[in-house]
Order: sequence, then structure tokens, then C-alpha cells
Amino acid sequence: MSALMQLVWDRALEQRVPLSVQFDLTYRCNERCVHCYLDHDDHGELTTAEVKGVLDQLASAGTLFLIFSGGELLLRKDLFEILGYARALGFDVKLKTNAILLGEQEADRIRDLGIRSVQVSIYSHRPDVHDGITKVPGSLQRSLAAIRFLRARGLHVLIANVLMRQNAEDYPHVRTLAAELGVECTLDPTITPKMDGDTSILNLRISEPQLLRVYTDKSLIADFANEPTTDDEMLDARPCSAGHTACYISPYGDVFPCVQFPLPTGNLRGQRFGDVWHQSPQMNEVREIRMRDLPTCSTCSFMTTCTRCPGLAYMEGNMKGPSSADCEKSMVRARGQAAGKDVA
Amino acid sequence: MSDVYFTRAGQLAARKVADEVVILRAHDSSLYVLNPVASALWEAADGQTSLEAVVRDVICHDFDVDPETARRDASELVVALAAEGLLRTSGQPMADADPHGGRPA
Repeated sequence: MSALMQLVWDRALEQRVPLSVQFDLTYRCNERCVHCYLDHDDHGELTTAEVKGVLDQLASAGTLFLIFSGGELLLRKDLFEILGYARALGFDVKLKTNAILLGEQEADRIRDLGIRSVQVSIYSHRPDVHDGITKVPGSLQRSLAAIRFLRARGLHVLIANVLMRQNAEDYPHVRTLAAELGVECTLDPTITPKMDGDTSILNLRISEPQLLRVYTDKSLIADFANEPTTDDEMLDARPCSAGHTACYISPYGDVFPCVQFPLPTGNLRGQRFGDVWHQSPQMNEVREIRMRDLPTCSTCSFMTTCTRCPGLAYMEGNMKGPSSADCEKSMVRARGQAAGKDVA
Repeated sequence: MSDVYFTRAGQLAARKVADEVVILRAHDSSLYVLNPVASALWEAADGQTSLEAVVRDVICHDFDVDPETARRDASELVVALAAEGLLRTSGQPMADADPHGGRPA
């Protein structure tokens, strides 16, 4: 992050501005990814007018960075009306999509609207593996075609490569594919429980040896490096930006600290966003937490390098507790670093 | 000073954070943070109000600056922001800013 961008985030933190919001416009989807945590039935999405009303409130609250996601965004017939409205309000807009409904016409409209980036999920370079994960035959080819449409128009595209047992060995090929397409590639080994609490999909998480391979892959070191931090600085630190400068809004108007932190804080069908953001007891509880308030994590030897997610901890039953998935990552990362030093 | 009219360029995102306008350009992710005076100019950039009027009614009104200095500095600032592609200028009133140009709430 540039120093200027850091300054903007610091100002937002001082003023408690929700600078970044992820807004899922639908949970409906045309893929059925094996690791997905969502319920794809429509339980009453916000209408076009309601979405616009929320956007008006976010603009007033100071939100600049707006990520539209789902479900699959392109299933909303009013998507481009919403995008146009958001851009007219001055938001910096990014999209997350599987892109299988994204053709040349949609790519033109995305370019003309000044959308800053489009993130597309690609699980493997192998059609049988990718399509096996999405459960949609031909989905890899369609997503890749969409990426080419976007790139041909000069748009910034990112490939999101979620790692699970089925595709854990494919990420070097996905990164090569991304380089050929002229797009960035991010890896994420995080698999979260379903929204209803069902944890059965957690068995898709990559194994410790697979995780160790990722953490010791020299071509990825920059992606996982942490700034060195002293223990005192760390104890006073906020666990993450959730509830401080960022939050998440569901297709039904529910407000959460983060997409990965399903703590209900309010609903925009009955409340103003500003009231939820500033006055929700749950949101205020989240933002009062510092690392020193975490009884287990504050005494852990991995504290300064851990990427603990408070939302995952919450889903495990205690937002001030450890997240076992992040504990595992910390231990594997430390093992990988130790192995690297031994080699050196 | 001859009349200059100015409006926000397209393909930008912008929001006022604290007293400063933050601007992001979509195609190259360039980031700009305007100081309070430049932020006031940005907020007044409707393509319909002349720079002379903005200096008189906004800059001199809201900031402790003499009119001559304000005129000179504001002119230089508008030229600089236009050179960065953040503003469009004209000798005539213009249609309102690009609907996707971004305007702070």
C-alpha cells in the first residue's frame, strides 16, 4: 500500500468512516461451487430502489471503495442500472463475478462505466477440475473468454484462485495462465463454514503438507510477507479493518462487520446505515477489541505474524478467541520459515 | 482574469474523507488527496460556475486569503488539476460533470 493510500485509511480510521464496503447484490448463482458457503435461494433481495437508497446512504457516510459481489452479480437484471448509479455517486467500484454470463456487450458497459477492476474466480487451468468444482460444464472456457473480453478493453482483471484439496496442486499453472492473460492472480486457502453453520465443507481445506508447500513456494513469498511488528505495537493493534473502516451488506440489507464475520449488527430495511454503523452495540463491541483483549492470541508466540481472522473466530464460537484455521496456518508458516532458514 | 469554467473529468471516483477529497482514477488506479483549498475547488467544479465566482464566494469566504493571492493560486491549481486529467476547463459554461465522474457526497 502506498504511503498516500495509508494516509487515507488512517484518516478514515480516525473519523470512523466506512471507507470500504462489500455489497452482495444477490446470493443466487449460476454455479454450484463445492466450497460455497451461501444459500442460493432468493429470500427477498433488496429492490433496485432499495439498493439505490443504500448507496445514497453509503455515499453520505463517506464510503469510497465499493465491491459488488454475490452470488453471481450478472443474474441481477438491474445490475448495470445499479452500477451506473454507484458510479454517478462517485464510488470506486470493483466487481467479483464468475463471469460466465459476461460477453462483449457487458465488457463494453463495464469499461464505459469506469469500473476499476473485475475479479474472476478460476480454480484450475484444467477444465475437468475447474468445472468439477463449479458443477457447470464449460464454465472454465466461458470464464476465460470473459477475461479476454475484459482485457481486450484495457480493464484490470484479477483471478481469484481459492485453494482446496481438489486443486491445491494447480496454482502454479493458474498463475502461468494469469500471466499469459495479463492479469493478476491471488491465492486464498480459506474455506469458511456455510452461513447456516454447517461445517461439512471444511473438509475441503487443503492439507497441512499442501499448505506448507504454498508457504515455502519462493515465487509466492511476497504475497505472504508480513511487516515486522513489536509485541507492544501488536497488543494495541486492531485485529483487522472489519467494523473500523469496512463492513459488509447482504442482498437482504443485513449489515455485518465483514463478509467473513456474520455478526448481525442491523438491517437497512428498517434502519439507516449511519445509525447501524455508529450506534449498533455489536459493531461497537467489535471495534473496541484490541489484540491485548484476546486471552489466547495475545500470549501466543505467533501473535506478530498471525493473520487471525476475527470472523472465523466468531464462527468458531468466540470473536475474542483463536481461529483454528489461522492457528494452523501460523504453525505451518513458522515451520516453513524454519525449514527455509535451515536450508540457508 | 478571464472567465474559466471547470468540471470534473470522467472515469474518476471521489469522496470527501475528513476535510480532504480523495480521488481515484479507474484505468491506472492513480490516487490523489486534495488539500482543503483544492477540495473546495473540486466540490465547486460544476461546469456552470466561473472560477472567478468560486474564488470570490468559496475560497475567499472559507479561507483566510486575500483575493489577489486566491485568484492566482486557484488559477494555478485548476491548471495543475486539468493537466493531471482530473478537471476539464472551458471559456464557456459547460454541461454538468460526467455522470460517472464522481462527485463527493
